[in-house]
Amino acid sequence: MIEAFVPFVRDARCLIVAAAAMLVAGCATTSPEDPFEGYNRAMFKVNEKIDDAVLKPLAQGYAKVTPRPVRNSVSNAFANVAEPWVGLNNLLQGKPADSISDVMRFLVNSTFGIAGLFDVATEAGLPKHDEDFGQTLAVWGVGDGPYVVLPFFGARTLRDAVVLPLDATLDDAWRLTPRIATRNALSVVQITNERAAALGLERTLEEGTLDKYRFVRDFYLQQRRYKVHDGNPPALEDDFYDGGDDAHSRLSQ
Amino acid sequence: MKKLLQWCLVVLVVSGLPNLVYAQGAGPDEMVKSVTNDVLGIVRSDEAIKAGDTVKVIALVDQKVLPHFDFNHMTALAVGRDWRSATPEQQKRLVEAFRTLLVRTYSNSLTQYRDQTIDFKPLRADPADVVVKVQTSVRQSGAQPIAIDYSLEKTDQGWKVFDVVVSGVSLVTNYRGSFGDEIRVGGIDGLIKSLDTKNKSLAAK
Repeated sequence: MIEAFVPFVRDARCLIVAAAAMLVAGCATTSPEDPFEGYNRAMFKVNEKIDDAVLKPLAQGYAKVTPRPVRNSVSNAFANVAEPWVGLNNLLQGKPADSISDVMRFLVNSTFGIAGLFDVATEAGLPKHDEDFGQTLAVWGVGDGPYVVLPFFGARTLRDAVVLPLDATLDDAWRLTPRIATRNALSVVQITNERAAALGLERTLEEGTLDKYRFVRDFYLQQRRYKVHDGNPPALEDDFYDGGDDAHSRLSQ
Repeated sequence: MKKLLQWCLVVLVVSGLPNLVYAQGAGPDEMVKSVTNDVLGIVRSDEAIKAGDTVKVIALVDQKVLPHFDFNHMTALAVGRDWRSATPEQQKRLVEAFRTLLVRTYSNSLTQYRDQTIDFKPLRADPADVVVKVQTSVRQSGAQPIAIDYSLEKTDQGWKVFDVVVSGVSLVTNYRGSFGDEIRVGGIDGLIKSLDTKNKSLAAK
């Protein structure tokens, strides 16, 4: 997502350590969807440190010097570039109507919206969709796999983590430019702008939860499921109403 | 990060939700709508709240929003199956602690609200229903709208919200995992203690 951090992500030693930590953590686990919890919690903390040290201060400074409409337009422009990839994924998921709508959005916003700075398509009744190749694979029947916290990128299912390089590149097609300086500059703007929009979230998480890591994981996994099913996930049984023996076995874990 | 971002937004807006100076007998959808509009109207025009005045925003939530929530029901949902093994006294303390935590957290996020547009979807329910879902959607430019659904139950005191679901994630049952962890380690009393400690540390700020 951000080229500035690529050396960190690419650092082979880092990956080896991470892999080793995953294996070790895999031995002592309680939650079926999170077998690498030990490693994940450690990486979650590392990401928070990166955020505290770099991203958050950067975003705060940026938010101070840019008015909100400017930040909105920056978001709009980046979202617009991603539109063709969203449309292609809708097509791959067998939703041609949505796909056409995405292409229309791209055309409308790129022209009337002045290179995507303004999201006039939403006003015109063409809502934005949120699709990626991870969701396409899910629709094709690929399971979530374990939950993983990636360095810098944060929460993912293993499936989404594997296709992340593809998704990150095609979501932001400007990354394909051979001009490294341009690419780096755009990356920094994108990440800073995104982080600025979420300022205040860390406080809510800090204050509102007993276990931040757990809250974020549960939230992420549920929301991912919701997105894969385009807002209509099959109902899960609510274990609040079925107690009995099962409740005891759960307590004794 | 995008997901977190959305969650953040969601939380903000959720808090703006039901304020209720509402007459009994009003439909659940009208109630949610009037409370939301009322509260957001105040937030929009109040500079102190926009600047993050915690005391003021909590007072607003207390007066307009809380009367429309059923915290007993919410806490039972958040605790899950262990709720039934709690004594009435423990249940009472759990409700109090959870309520304090939620009110403070979500009041704070309300100060982050800016001019997002909220659409209220037509209610799909039978007049005889005692549990309904009121669906809303928060529009924001350049991003997919965020669905925020309120589950309400008909009680003797009128319609009460017992769950808020943001983009398919219940802000109530999402606590169940960490509450369960606490209960496994320290029992119901352990959970109560953790919540109280958390609340105290926040109040001290």
